[in-house]
Amino acid sequence: MNPNSEIYNLRVNGKMHEVRDSWVGESLLYVLRERLNLPGTKGACEQGECGSCTVIMDGQAVCSCLVMAATAIDSDICTVESLSVDGTLTEVQDAFVTEGGVQCGFCTPGLVVAIEHLLSQNPDPSEIEVKEAISGNICRCTGYGRIFEAVDKAVSIRKAKTS
Amino acid sequence: MVEINFNHRKPTDVIALRRLDELKSVHIDAKKSLVTIGAGLPYQQMEHGEIAQYIPALAQAARTVGSPQIRSAGSIGGNLGTCSPAGDALPVLSALDATVNLQSADASRSVSVHDFMVGVKRNARLPGEIIVSTTLPIVSGWQGYAKVGVRNAMVISVASCCLVVDRTNGTITVALGAVGPTIIRCRETESWLASQIDLKTKATVSPNLLQEFGDRIANESKPIDDHRSTAAYRRHAVCVLARRLLTRANSQ
Repeated sequence: MNPNSEIYNLRVNGKMHEVRDSWVGESLLYVLRERLNLPGTKGACEQGECGSCTVIMDGQAVCSCLVMAATAIDSDICTVESLSVDGTLTEVQDAFVTEGGVQCGFCTPGLVVAIEHLLSQNPDPSEIEVKEAISGNICRCTGYGRIFEAVDKAVSIRKAKTS
Repeated sequence: MVEINFNHRKPTDVIALRRLDELKSVHIDAKKSLVTIGAGLPYQQMEHGEIAQYIPALAQAARTVGSPQIRSAGSIGGNLGTCSPAGDALPVLSALDATVNLQSADASRSVSVHDFMVGVKRNARLPGEIIVSTTLPIVSGWQGYAKVGVRNAMVISVASCCLVVDRTNGTITVALGAVGPTIIRCRETESWLASQIDLKTKATVSPNLLQEFGDRIANESKPIDDHRSTAAYRRHAVCVLARRLLTRANSQ
């Protein structure tokens, strides 16, 4: 073990994970992907610009590349892996597939997490609220049109289910 | 964190300041008309509620920071610590003559924000000190913040401006961001405007006065050409932003 290494626990997707032999100054993104084998969260810009590493930390959407592992200890972390249960896609994930909201797919996990977070707080967002919620998620393929269509579809399916 | 991600910095010891609830506190002293905001309070929490009510310019500036993800993590402590001239909260702190409260293991001190911001990414924080909070006055009168970037969301300021009207004291303060090595207070223009109109009343600003106000503001800026914009554009932008804010202040 190197002298700056520690053993600590992180609560990710409702489960405690022990992180061994690693430095608490690493980014949460790095810990999720390289230490906890949760590669759904993507790393691209590593400076908070692109949103592909978005996770939910204590109920807030954050860029995991900007969160130090030491900060994340004692927090509740939810990653894209926690959304689908038993392999069934959520309405948002499914709508991304059916509406063509995915091209290269690299931004998709971050967008899905950001949109699920929005809908958990605001089940029927206006167009401007959707734009605002994903303003920190950059997609260079779709031009966003199909992503907005996917959000509309997911919203209407959820509305139909709850009414 | 970005510097660690890019291997620009390799610290051996780190402290997770974001876990300290004390750094996220907000204290409103109604008697002294002062608001003290913890250095770690996320920008998201300044967009609405008490801070937006008492210091609307700060709420507007908070609203322009990055994206929802950045606003749920970023804080005034980060803006002050980095001390980039483009930091969105900094023109507001300057226009309101804020105080920066610092703490070390054996002492605490308060420094005027004007003395704290020394230059490009340089501040007066001493080794061993942490930025605990900032104290701002509650001012009676219109205040606002505006910025120009390459698009609406997720941009670092190309030029920014905060304007505060203090009806009680009959003063107006203007601070500019991203057009100099650090935040620029336009003190010459401030005293010129105070000599032209009575700011204690709602005296309207004539078109000629508004024109000259913008020109004088632009003259006090010291912008440079860089990868984000040109000096000429920035000089023009602060002129427009300042006129726009003064117009808004007047229509209230």
